[in-house]
Amino acid sequence: MDLDGGSSSTISTGARAIPGRPVRHGALYQFTQQNLPACKPVLTPAAVISTFLLMGFIFIPVGLVTLRASYSVVEIVDRYDIECVPEEYRSNKVAYVKDDSVSKNCSRFLKVPKSMRAPIFIYYQLDNYYQNHRRYVKSRTDRQLLHGLGYNDTSSCRPLESSDDLPIVPCGLIAWSLFNDTYKFSRGPSELKVNRKDIAWKSDRNHKFGKHVYPFNFQNGTLTGGAKLDPTIPLSDQEDLIVWMRTAALPTFRKLYGRIEEDLEADDVIVVNLKNNYNTYSFGGKKKIVLSTSSWLGGKNDFLGIANLFVGSFSILISIIFLVLHLKSPRPYGDTAYASWNKKSISS
Amino acid sequence: MMETKNPSGNSSNFETFMHNSSSRRSFGRNSTREVTFSHSESKPSLRYGSKGADSEAFSMSQKEISDEDARLIYVDDPVKTNERFEFAGNSVRTGKYSFITFLPRNLFEQFHRVAYIYFLIIAILNQLPQLAVFGRGVSILPLAFVLLVTAVKDAYEDWRRHRSDKVENNRLGLVLVNGQFIEKKWKDIRVGEIIKINANEPIPCDFVLLSTSDPTGVAYVQTLNLDGESNLKTRYAKQETQFKFHEKERFNGLIKCEKPNRNIYGFQATMEVDGKRLSLGSSNIVLRGCELKNTNCVVGVAVYCGRETKAMLNNSGAPSKRSRLETQMNSEIIMLSFFLVALCMVTSVCAAVWLNQNKNDLNLLPYYRKLDVSKGKEESYQYYGWGIEMLFTFLMSVIVYQVMIPISLYISMELVRVGQAYFMIKDSRLYDEATNSRFQCRALNINEDLGQIKYVFSDKTGTLTENKMEFQCASIWGVDYSSAKTSLENEQVEYSLQVEGKVLKPKMKVKVNQELLRLTKSGFANKDGKRIYDFFLALAACNTIVPLVIDTSDPTVKLIDYQGESPDEQALTYAAAAYGFMLIERTSGHIVIDIHGERQRFNVLGLHEFDSDRKRMSVILGYSDNSFKLFVKGADTSMFSVINKSLNTDIIQATETHIQSYSSVGLRTLVIGMRDLNASEFDQWHFAFEAASTSMIGRAALLRKVATNVENNVCILGATAIEDKLQQGVPESIESLRKAGIKVWVLTGDKQETAISIGYSSRLLTSGMTQFRIKSNNRESCRRRLQDALLMSRKNMAAPEVGNYFEGSSDSVVSTPMALIIDGTSLVYILDNELEEELFELARRCSVVLCCRVAPLQKAGIVSLVKKRTADMTLAIGDGANDVSMIQMADVGVGISGQEGRQAVMASDFAMGQFRFLVPLLFIHGHWNYQRLGYMVLYNFYRNAVFVLILFWYVLFTAFTLTTAINEWSSMLYSIIYTAVPTIVVGILDKDLSKRTLLDNPQLYGAGQRQEAYNKKLFWLTMADTLWQSIVVFFVPLFAYWGSTVDIASIGDLWTLSVVILVNLHLAMDVIRWTWITHASIWGSVIATFICVTIIDVIPSLRGYWAIFDAAGTALFWLCLLGILIAALLPRFVVKFVYQYYFPDDIQISREVEKKARNLRVNGDTHIEMLHISNPQR
Repeated sequence: MDLDGGSSSTISTGARAIPGRPVRHGALYQFTQQNLPACKPVLTPAAVISTFLLMGFIFIPVGLVTLRASYSVVEIVDRYDIECVPEEYRSNKVAYVKDDSVSKNCSRFLKVPKSMRAPIFIYYQLDNYYQNHRRYVKSRTDRQLLHGLGYNDTSSCRPLESSDDLPIVPCGLIAWSLFNDTYKFSRGPSELKVNRKDIAWKSDRNHKFGKHVYPFNFQNGTLTGGAKLDPTIPLSDQEDLIVWMRTAALPTFRKLYGRIEEDLEADDVIVVNLKNNYNTYSFGGKKKIVLSTSSWLGGKNDFLGIANLFVGSFSILISIIFLVLHLKSPRPYGDTAYASWNKKSISS
Repeated sequence: MMETKNPSGNSSNFETFMHNSSSRRSFGRNSTREVTFSHSESKPSLRYGSKGADSEAFSMSQKEISDEDARLIYVDDPVKTNERFEFAGNSVRTGKYSFITFLPRNLFEQFHRVAYIYFLIIAILNQLPQLAVFGRGVSILPLAFVLLVTAVKDAYEDWRRHRSDKVENNRLGLVLVNGQFIEKKWKDIRVGEIIKINANEPIPCDFVLLSTSDPTGVAYVQTLNLDGESNLKTRYAKQETQFKFHEKERFNGLIKCEKPNRNIYGFQATMEVDGKRLSLGSSNIVLRGCELKNTNCVVGVAVYCGRETKAMLNNSGAPSKRSRLETQMNSEIIMLSFFLVALCMVTSVCAAVWLNQNKNDLNLLPYYRKLDVSKGKEESYQYYGWGIEMLFTFLMSVIVYQVMIPISLYISMELVRVGQAYFMIKDSRLYDEATNSRFQCRALNINEDLGQIKYVFSDKTGTLTENKMEFQCASIWGVDYSSAKTSLENEQVEYSLQVEGKVLKPKMKVKVNQELLRLTKSGFANKDGKRIYDFFLALAACNTIVPLVIDTSDPTVKLIDYQGESPDEQALTYAAAAYGFMLIERTSGHIVIDIHGERQRFNVLGLHEFDSDRKRMSVILGYSDNSFKLFVKGADTSMFSVINKSLNTDIIQATETHIQSYSSVGLRTLVIGMRDLNASEFDQWHFAFEAASTSMIGRAALLRKVATNVENNVCILGATAIEDKLQQGVPESIESLRKAGIKVWVLTGDKQETAISIGYSSRLLTSGMTQFRIKSNNRESCRRRLQDALLMSRKNMAAPEVGNYFEGSSDSVVSTPMALIIDGTSLVYILDNELEEELFELARRCSVVLCCRVAPLQKAGIVSLVKKRTADMTLAIGDGANDVSMIQMADVGVGISGQEGRQAVMASDFAMGQFRFLVPLLFIHGHWNYQRLGYMVLYNFYRNAVFVLILFWYVLFTAFTLTTAINEWSSMLYSIIYTAVPTIVVGILDKDLSKRTLLDNPQLYGAGQRQEAYNKKLFWLTMADTLWQSIVVFFVPLFAYWGSTVDIASIGDLWTLSVVILVNLHLAMDVIRWTWITHASIWGSVIATFICVTIIDVIPSLRGYWAIFDAAGTALFWLCLLGILIAALLPRFVVKFVYQYYFPDDIQISREVEKKARNLRVNGDTHIEMLHISNPQR
């Protein structure tokens, strides 16, 4: 703390009390004279070097821990959108996916590389799918999701506001394009039980989607976008819809499908029986099935660990450079010989 | 005259003035010697703004005022007067708005700012359904906020004005209605009505005097409110009308006067009474805002009312100037708008390309679905082909990226300037105890210019000097009585006398010479005594001083206050009083002087006023024994030409020597003479005088001729010397200014010798300086001298001497400092002759420039010369009406609220009590203001650009469709709540160095002159840093969350929080002084952001419901946040440290010194503190 104007009263002549002149004491006076007590940190080489060193010593371990967490996650990713199209349709995948008469069943065999501890999360991953497209993001009505047909102002749902002059619940592009591939898992002869409950946020289920709102006139149009909804189940229990409607931030995203609540051992082979219904072929999107364990950090992602390691080592490098520079050519602290007016007179 | 008619003396009328003045005068001088006095020749005189130059006004009024330029006033017939023309009533309205007009007018005025129009256009664009990026309410929030803040401020100011108007308008005045004076409210007074004012009453409107209580038609008014001059001015009623009123007959007349104008020193009119035409001048009009003094009552006819009064016309504030920083800032804002356009172009072109690539699939894309089939028929929904879509995307991206142009910056800058002004006003260093006046900030938009001044143009009288004249020496009959000689017992004696049991004292005490006092007391019997008697009688009588008796708290003591227009005359009268010759009463016909307790009455038979051609004044006194004497006083040159040289040669010579020695120490000298008039001489004069003073045409010239005839053959009495006291702390201040690399130019109307002596005493000139004096009377010699001087100066610069006298005084002057002394006449030649270039080059090399004998407009011309030739900032400081044009011309105008009136203050941007306050004003406040505002501008650019770039990066990942991950409320609150307060607080409160350091090291001021806090390089550095920081903020979460289940709102919250914390930390890193207010604002903003984000996320109808709780529950979120902050600030921190350590600027070094000194002090070493105390006062 420093009162740097503390001696200002010595500069002006005696402190005679003249009416009308400011009082020369008190917090307000200090404030108006801009003499509030203040802390004035100045960077010194020692402080800077040790700060960088400290940062290095913090970030490298953090990076290592993060990286380790990422490595501890076992993740199986399988892209199936091409393989699951029969050979004869490979040249025209859109026709395949649009043709209701063709069976969409497909089986995938996944080998477990390492033992996986329950719960094992099942995700589907879409690539090149712009759930954050402005037109798409806006095409929903949150009030309708909560209040159902009672809420009429659904203009924001366009271009999917109504069908055959009847309102749609849930309306809008997002709901219409609900993902409709389904997966069944089995290990050897036995079916793996998949828990499909609790995959959506509890807050969404309780406050965003109505408990008494039932799907109405949904997917009845000429163009079917995706999954149909059971009109007897209220929206708050349609967890797939709720998950889907939390629109993803990035064009490559995963959505939680369910959880396997058994451990999987290394070299187990998991058979995935899926129905390849969802059309990503028209825009070159990819579909993947992901089985993943989780760590305290979430899923598998090396980026943060590497970034931390990089920042940490960079800090240490800088501190070393500064140290060397400081030892080789130090500048005396607070030496006015380096001030411009002194330099000039020296040089001339 | 010139200066009041053309307050904005631009260069063109300056030049025409130069031409006129040079052609008008004849220059008879051929002597180019400098220091010696030239007695015989008449000096070329420049006409000053001649207050009360009656002669001028008189001859002007003879010109016919054409009918369309005139207003006709039928005296005592307001109905007829106002019949044809609608003259303004007397109610004044300084308030701008009424209840009804407030909203439209205020909005109209606010939208004069380009920034607000930009704001408005964007808000309107957003209302179009195709372009609606933000919700309706959200999009107008920032504009509404800014408009509201400004409107509330304006409304408050206006309310205050309305209140004071109401008080004014409801005052009561006496108006003649049907032959009787009745009370009327001021607002009901109309042009043409006859009004009556009693003593000490304020004047309700501008009116022409018809009659006064004084039989001679004199009235005294105080013009304090109008021009701040506290002395009394005399006004006259015309004799013709004066008597009419005494005879109580109904008055009929027609006044034809000029249209309302701002010139408070001029008035032209004619009056027709009983078929006679009288001309009226500025001495016949009394202006609103004055007060009647010393006169029982006056009667006059209203000619200008209400808003047409001269006082009201002069009421417009100082002209607005724009600060240099803001001008530079605007060019950077143009740069930013190019960035903005570039970003929008990239977005829209990419969007168009994307649409083109997918044009066949648009209806199949689940996230696009072009066709709307809901109404049965298929039509495109919001798709108009890629061309139109591109245009729409462009406009939408302008809406999304709108904050790239930091509009909040304008309002923050205004707030910061208000805050800075508050501290300047409150600073006790800028508080003048003597006059109890605070610093005034009249212009709020050039605070930061105070930190970049390179040239200071100063007036001399009243600015460097106090303009309080002090009687110092007298030379009487060849004997020198200077009070300095007897300085040992040099006490201020006050003379008092008893009248009817009451003590009468002069208001001011004067230092007296004991010997002279003894001589005056011992009587005037001998011949020398007679001379001394005449000398002091001349001092007491030969002037235009009006004595005023003032009551004091003690009922038995009364003070005599000598009121007069010339401070020299006041000083002389007070001196005479101190020696026992006390002037007690003055009327137009006689004076009463108390001479050592004996009251004597003298008839004043004639008074020849001072004029600038004769440069002397005289008075003719009639004694009780019917003898007549003429007393003359005047400038030495003019006096020696009328003195009878054949008599008393030795006395004349002795006096001349005394005068020379007086003026060499900077005293102002006057010579006093006397002449006995015999009866025939008197009669002759009297006849001529009567004829001249009643003449209608060319009265002034006739009177001058009469005066010249009688002021002849004068016998010398002696001379007086008056000290023009330097203001406190002037030499020290000038020294500091020069150390700071500021060039001080003194522009004065004084003669060269006086100017040089003041130059020495104020340490402006030093003995080690090479002086160039240019004082020529013809073109050729002037050119020669200038070129010689230039050559010499070049030589001087080329070969710097080893004995470096002025260490680092100025960056261009390392060798012997040079001084240029030039007079106004030479300036006329030089500026006429296209020698400007040479003059400027010479002046630039000189560290001091003294311009003597310059007219007010020339002052402005010199300032404009410098402004034209350099990019350096100029500051003009002055106190009088003659400085107004200079003050308005300079980048920064400072007015001294001193003796000479308030005109300079009214025209100035800043006003203060003393010259020495310039040092703390520039070095402390100017420096701080500049550093603070420079940083604030850069920071605001950065703060907004980093946010826009984050939005932009995200758009690249949304198929170029301008989705914002950051909630729209957050993006609007970003510049209002999340980040606004800390920058304003830091802009007002942060201090890079302490006051003491700044005062002790004037060189630190150079940082502002070199534009170190804001320049192009810093701008680009900041922008590069911005780019890096935005990349870190955006891409760290992008990679960390790539291919995860994260939703838009969660990652948006992460981006919001990280960018807000980042910009606040960035500011925190640059804050130099951490007071509790700084802490509160920075950390408070961060906390406020958390709260706002949380509030936004608990509203179920918004998309991001509960996102913050979900995201903040994960370790990844916090790790990302930490990583972003460190990685983003790392380069800045490294660069900052490298610069501070290896390329330290002066400020950095001084900060270290401060810190070191403080550490030492903490360790108990008190010596350091003692060393640092500097005392800028004498």
